[in-house]
Amino acid sequence: MASTNMIPCGDFKTSYAADTTIFPTVTSRNAVILGILLLAAAPLFLDAYWLNLLIQIGYLGIAALGLNILVGFTGQISIGHSAFFGFGAFSSAYLSNSYGVPVALAIPLAALMTTVVGMVFGVPAARLKGLYLAIATLAAQYILQDFFARAEWFTGGVAGTMAEPFSLFGFAFDTDQSFFYVALAATVVMYLLATNLMRTRDGRALVAVRDHYLSAEIMGINLTKYRTMSFGISAFYAGIGGALYAHYLQYVSVEGFTILFSIQFLGMIIIGGLGSIMGSLMGTAFMVLLPEVMQALTDSLAGTSLDRALNLKDSLAFLREMAIGVAIILFLVFEPDGLAHRWRQIKAYWKLYPFSH
Amino acid sequence: MNTSLFLQLLINGLIVGALYGVVGMSFVLIYKASRIVNFAQGEFLLIGAWACWWLLTYYQLPFYVGFPITLAFMMVFGVVLQTVVLRPMIGEPIISVIMVTIGLSIFFQALIKWMFGVFAKPFPPIFESPTMNVFGLEVQTVYVASLLISILIMAGFGWFFKFSRLGLAMRATAFDQQVAQSLGISVKRMFALSWAISAMVSAVAGVVVGVVNGVSSALSVFGIKVFPAVILGGLDSVIGAVVGGLIVGLLENVAHYVDSQWLNWGNMYEIAPFYVLILILMLKPYGLFGTKDIERV
Repeated sequence: MASTNMIPCGDFKTSYAADTTIFPTVTSRNAVILGILLLAAAPLFLDAYWLNLLIQIGYLGIAALGLNILVGFTGQISIGHSAFFGFGAFSSAYLSNSYGVPVALAIPLAALMTTVVGMVFGVPAARLKGLYLAIATLAAQYILQDFFARAEWFTGGVAGTMAEPFSLFGFAFDTDQSFFYVALAATVVMYLLATNLMRTRDGRALVAVRDHYLSAEIMGINLTKYRTMSFGISAFYAGIGGALYAHYLQYVSVEGFTILFSIQFLGMIIIGGLGSIMGSLMGTAFMVLLPEVMQALTDSLAGTSLDRALNLKDSLAFLREMAIGVAIILFLVFEPDGLAHRWRQIKAYWKLYPFSH
Repeated sequence: MNTSLFLQLLINGLIVGALYGVVGMSFVLIYKASRIVNFAQGEFLLIGAWACWWLLTYYQLPFYVGFPITLAFMMVFGVVLQTVVLRPMIGEPIISVIMVTIGLSIFFQALIKWMFGVFAKPFPPIFESPTMNVFGLEVQTVYVASLLISILIMAGFGWFFKFSRLGLAMRATAFDQQVAQSLGISVKRMFALSWAISAMVSAVAGVVVGVVNGVSSALSVFGIKVFPAVILGGLDSVIGAVVGGLIVGLLENVAHYVDSQWLNWGNMYEIAPFYVLILILMLKPYGLFGTKDIERV
């Protein structure tokens, strides 16, 4: 329905198609296409360091989007997302190492396996809500973490496991430059899928379950089905993200998937904006760049008396965790709708410029 | 069958379970009063234990001076935390409130690691003889003291809620905030009070564990282990928290025993409570003593 260049003043939507369109104007669609093209050209002028950050934003962003579908759109809370992320990473490595499944196929298969595991822990999810579900996923986090350390046939135990690089038609994507395209393609596809999911009947059902589960049930929405489904979708996204992570680093350690990592995922979607698809990506970017900013800050303070007094250099890891905690709290208290909301406000300001107030 | 090991583990379970019970009670207290699930409960233990350790080692204060100062500090800390961070969250969706406490939890954990380092530090000795003889078994004095302290705290809670004016006011607030307010109870003050008491009681548990195992960030594990305990006992039941704590403490040690004797899976001590947690949530989500108003969907 993208037919106009600008949105007319006021809201003149006369059809459902106009209401659910992804891009309200030609301009916005072109902007997104231009952005993706710019990103596709990024390996030409960015060095490996920045590409690494962008790839991280890609695979973490996919997993964060999964969590946002669960928390932001369906209103279920999960504190075990990193365990599912880890499960995706291990199953993809396991499939390609033990059964010789090509990596390009192993990633979606691993995501399906993660979905199954997610559904298993989603069974209590289907019957519980709110804080009880939070506690159930907390248990899932610890149980899966324990499983990773224990199941040597699957994860390689404490030694971790190696993973094949991603390859397609004999070309191995094993450098930052080449893997960047894999991450970019996966991110675009997964984000498009989620955007379209939210435009369908099922997507609207999820939102209805979040907004008022009693009304939703009365309107004929099967709560158990949609809650479990949402849990499955979330695990699927986590699995894709985790599998990409495994084949990017080509090594998966059992130690990475802690509860702190899960909380980081929650932080991403809170900072980005609960119930906003682009917000998931913004929040991920915020969370990935936060340590870099902290690093730059401590570097700029290096050698000053403040640095000597507080020993900033050696405590960067703690400072980072503190910053994550503070960011979560501040966003919840002052900007509960996250960066996505802030972005909408900026857009609204310019839309009405110079008559905005 | 290794009987003496089994007995030793049972006693351990009882003592650790009593501590879980104490932490569980302070968790339930906050939940009952303000409907907030506090994921930062473990950090209360951590902060209390470190504060006490700091007073005792840096300022060389005797225990009977340092400990009350710690409690006073924790009271102020609890009130400030409630007023500054959690009061603005009243009326927000439950997910936001849970997330704020999670944010607090990782903030304080990192802050403590930054201030005191990641390694366990031993408490200065408090008792003259480190072990004593109970029914023919060598038991550390601290363990006996911790059991006594736990029982004292539990009795104190019982008295407080049954007979004291404040305790009754808190129960009224937990029952119905509007009615309580119309009867002249300051709901705000009750919320702050519940956080203060909870922080203080958790700090006592933190100091006890710190004296036994040394003070380290591992203390915050109690904040996680408290979930199986309170879910088993019922989220809004103080008695349930005690019973749940004892059961989880015993269960851990029995699981450890079974594992070390026959199964050799390893790590059952840490994980068994979480399997039980999932089971309870599936079978009896309101726990043993909880109010059965949770809707099944």
